[in-house]
Amino acid sequence: MFLRQAVILTLFISSTAFAAKNLIYCMEGSPSTFNPQLASDSVSLNSSSQAIFNRLVEFKKGSTEVIPSLAKSWTVAKNRKTYTFKLRDDVTFHSNDIFKPSRKFNADDVVYTFKSQMDAKHPLSIPAANYEYFKAMELDQIIADVKKTDDYTVVFELKKPEAPFLANLAMDFASILSEEYAQNLVKSGKGLKMLETNPIGTGPFVFKSYQKDSAVRYTAFDQYYKGKPKIEQLVFVITTDSTVRLQKMKTGECHVMSEPQPQDIESIQKTAGLKLVSTEGLNVGYVAFNTSKKPFDNLKVRTAITHALNKKSYIDAIYKGQGTVAKNPIPPTMWSYNNSTADDEYSIEKAKQLLKEAGFENGFETELWTLPVSRPYMPNGKKLGELMQADLAKVGIKVKLQTFDWPTYLEKSKKGEHAFIQFGWTGDNGDPDNFLNVLLGCSAVKAGSNYARWCQPEFNALIQKAKEEPTQAKRSDLYEKAQVIFKKEKPWVAVAHSRQNKVISDKVTGYTIDPFGHEQFESVDIK
Amino acid sequence: MNSLKVSILNKLVRILISFFFISLVSFMIIRLIPGDPVTHILGERGATEERMQELKKLYGLDQSLLKQFQIFVSQAAVGNFGESTVSHQSVMSEFKVLLPATIELAMLSLIWASVAGVLLGILAAVKRNSLWDYSAISISTIGFAMPIFWWALLCIFFFSVQLQWLPVSGRIGFEFEVPYVTGFFLIDSLLSENSWAAFLSALRHLILPAFVLGTIPLAMITRITRSAFIDVEKEDFIRTAKAKGLNQSQIIFKHVMKNAMPQILTTIGLSLGQLLTGAIITETLFSWPGIGRWLIKSIEARDYPVVQAGLFYSMLIIALTNVVVDAGIEKLNPRMRAAK
Repeated sequence: MFLRQAVILTLFISSTAFAAKNLIYCMEGSPSTFNPQLASDSVSLNSSSQAIFNRLVEFKKGSTEVIPSLAKSWTVAKNRKTYTFKLRDDVTFHSNDIFKPSRKFNADDVVYTFKSQMDAKHPLSIPAANYEYFKAMELDQIIADVKKTDDYTVVFELKKPEAPFLANLAMDFASILSEEYAQNLVKSGKGLKMLETNPIGTGPFVFKSYQKDSAVRYTAFDQYYKGKPKIEQLVFVITTDSTVRLQKMKTGECHVMSEPQPQDIESIQKTAGLKLVSTEGLNVGYVAFNTSKKPFDNLKVRTAITHALNKKSYIDAIYKGQGTVAKNPIPPTMWSYNNSTADDEYSIEKAKQLLKEAGFENGFETELWTLPVSRPYMPNGKKLGELMQADLAKVGIKVKLQTFDWPTYLEKSKKGEHAFIQFGWTGDNGDPDNFLNVLLGCSAVKAGSNYARWCQPEFNALIQKAKEEPTQAKRSDLYEKAQVIFKKEKPWVAVAHSRQNKVISDKVTGYTIDPFGHEQFESVDIK
Repeated sequence: MNSLKVSILNKLVRILISFFFISLVSFMIIRLIPGDPVTHILGERGATEERMQELKKLYGLDQSLLKQFQIFVSQAAVGNFGESTVSHQSVMSEFKVLLPATIELAMLSLIWASVAGVLLGILAAVKRNSLWDYSAISISTIGFAMPIFWWALLCIFFFSVQLQWLPVSGRIGFEFEVPYVTGFFLIDSLLSENSWAAFLSALRHLILPAFVLGTIPLAMITRITRSAFIDVEKEDFIRTAKAKGLNQSQIIFKHVMKNAMPQILTTIGLSLGQLLTGAIITETLFSWPGIGRWLIKSIEARDYPVVQAGLFYSMLIIALTNVVVDAGIEKLNPRMRAAK
C-alpha cells in the first residue's frame, strides 16, 4: 500500500516541479574527463567538447564539410604553410562558482589552447598530461608556431603543407579553452586539474555537475553566440546496458539514446513513440592479413580468401542490415571514394583454384583473432568469426578462432603476433588521410595501427603526396589511385561500413545525426 | 571477555600479515596480464616506440616493478592510492563517492533478504513437508539458480515497463539534484531541497535493484535457517522443553531460534561481506554507480591504481566481516568460546 502511495505521490510531485524544458540523453558509458584536450573516447568527447565547447572551425551538421565557428574566416598563404584566422568578437565564456570571465574570447585563448598542447614547458600546460589526440594527429610535428597578430587575428605557421590541417582544427581536441580561467586556476592555487572537472567553454551548454557513473547536468548558456539553446536543462544519464537503455526509452526516462543494438532495430521501428534516426557511419570493419607472415605474404592466398568470404551474408547476420558491404578501405560517403573499383565476387571455385596455384590444394590451418569488443563497425566479432570459419572450411582452410580481452588484443596485435585478425576504424576528421595513412601507411607499421603490416612503396608514395597537394580534386585523384592498388594487393578484406543509429522519442525535434557520432543538442527542442 | 579481546587481536595480526601478501598479489596480478594503461589509451590507434615510452614514463611504468611496489605500499600506508589513469582523479575521491552507493544497495538488499529469508526458513522448518515447506524450498532453489542478469531484466520489464511502478534504472530522478553530504542518497535527499519528493524518488530507485540483488542471499538464508532449525529441533533439550509442556511458539522463539542463530548470522555476515565488495551485474544493469562496476571497468582499462585499491578494499571488507561475524558468534554461543 505504501508503495502505491509513494508512486502516486512522487509522480504527482515530479510532474509539477518539472515544467521547464528538459532533455535526457542516455549514453553507454561514463565520461573520463571534461577537458576535451585529454579525452579520446566518444562518450567523453560528447560530454565535453560537443556540449560545452567550440572550435575555430566546425563540421557542418550532418556532414564532414568544414565551416566557420569561432573563426569568422581564414586565408591560406601560397606556400600552404601559413593559415591566418579572423576571429569572432562576440563570443563569451561561461561562468561558474569559481570563475567569472572579465573579457570576451580573443586571440590569446587560441594561442594558449594550442601552445599549451604543443609545449610541455608552457606555464599553462597541464602537468603530466599526455594530450594524446593532439599528438596522435601529429600536430606537435606539424605546427611550427601560433601567433596573435591582433586581438582578433591568429596566424598558424606549419612546418610543411598539411592538407587535412583545417579538418584537424574542427576535431574535439582543438576545442578552445579560456586562457583567463587557466591563469586564475594557477594563481589561486586550485591547479589546472580543475580544467578536467570544472570546465569553462563557449559552447551551447554550461556544465553544472557530474555525479560519477550516473549523470552529467548542463544548463543552456543564455549568452551563446549562436543564440540560447531551446532546451533549458540537458542531462546525460549513464546507462551502460543497451537493453536497459531501450527500456528507459520506452518508459520515457530517456529522450535520446545512443548505440542501439542491431538486433533491436526492428522492434524499435515498431514501437510507438520511438523513432530511429540513422546515417551512414564514417567507419570500416575489416579483416587484416598479416602480410609479413606465411602464408599471407602470398597474394594468391589473400585473393583466394577474399573470394571465399560471403560478405553479403555477414551484413544480414551480424549487422542485421544496418550496414553495407565494403569494397574499399574508406566509406562511400567520404570524398575520393573510388566507385569504379570492382569487388572480388564470392566464388568458392575461384578460391579453390587460387589456393591450388599457391600450392595449398589441401588448404592449410590458421588462426583468426576475433574482435573482443562490440563496436559499431563490428557489433559481434565472435559470431562474425564463426561465419568466416564456416566459409573458409568450404575451401579447405581450417580456422581456429582466438580472442583476448581488449588491452591484450591490442598489445599482441600491435606487436604483429596475429596471422589473420578482425579490426575496424571510425574516422576522426572526415579526411581520407585519416584512414589510408593511419591504417595502411608504412609509418603505421611501426606505430602498430597497420595491422596488415603492409608497406607497399607505390601506395605509400601516393598517400604521402596527397597530404601535400593543395586542391581536393588533385588529392582525390591520388587517393583513388591508392585504392586501386589496395584492391589489387588485398592487405585486408574490407567487410562492412555500418550505419550510425540513434533512437529518439517522437517528442524530440531538430535532432540531426552526425557521421562522426557527435551528439549536438544546441538546436534540439522537445515538445 | 579477555579471551575475546585476545582472539580479536590475534586475528588482526593475522590480517595485517595477509594484508602484505594480498597487496603484493593484487599489485602483481594486474601487471601479469598483458596490456597496460598505455595500450588501452591508444586503442585501435598506433604510436611510435618513443611515444610509448613517453606515456609509460608519465604513469611511472618505466620504473622497475620493485620500485613501483615500494611506492604503492608506502603511499597506501598513508591512505594515498594514487590517481586513476583514466579519469586522472585521485582514487580515494572516486571511492568516497561510489562506496556509499554500494553500501546503501547492499544494506537494503541484505535487510530484505534476511527478514524474508529467516521468516521463510522458519515457516519451512515448522511446517516441514507441507506445501509451505515445498514452496519455500522451490523459491530458494529458483532464486539460487536464476541467472541474475536475466532476473534483473525480467523485473525491469515487468515492474518498470509493463506496470510502470518503478523506474528502470539510476539512483534518483534526474529532476532532483542532491548535494553530496554523506553520499547516502536516502539521507542526502532529505537534506536537499524538496526533501520528501527526493527521498521518495531515491527510495523508488533503490527498490528494484535491492530486490534483485537480495535474491541470492535470500535463497541462502532461507535454506540455512530451515536446516539450522531442523537440526536444533532434534536436540535433546528441545524434547525436554516439549516434555515440560511449553507451547510451540515458546519453543521456537526461545529455544530453537536462540540456538539456530549462530549459523544464520554467519550466513548473513558472509553475504554482507560479498555484497559490500560490489555487485557487478546488478550495478551494471541498474546503472548503479557502485564499487563493482568501477572495479570491472578499471580492469578492462588496466587502470592499475584503481584495481590495486579496489582489490585492497575488497580484501579488507571480507577480512573484517569475518572477524566481526566470528566475534559475534563467540559472544552468542558459549560453546565456541569454551572450545578455544
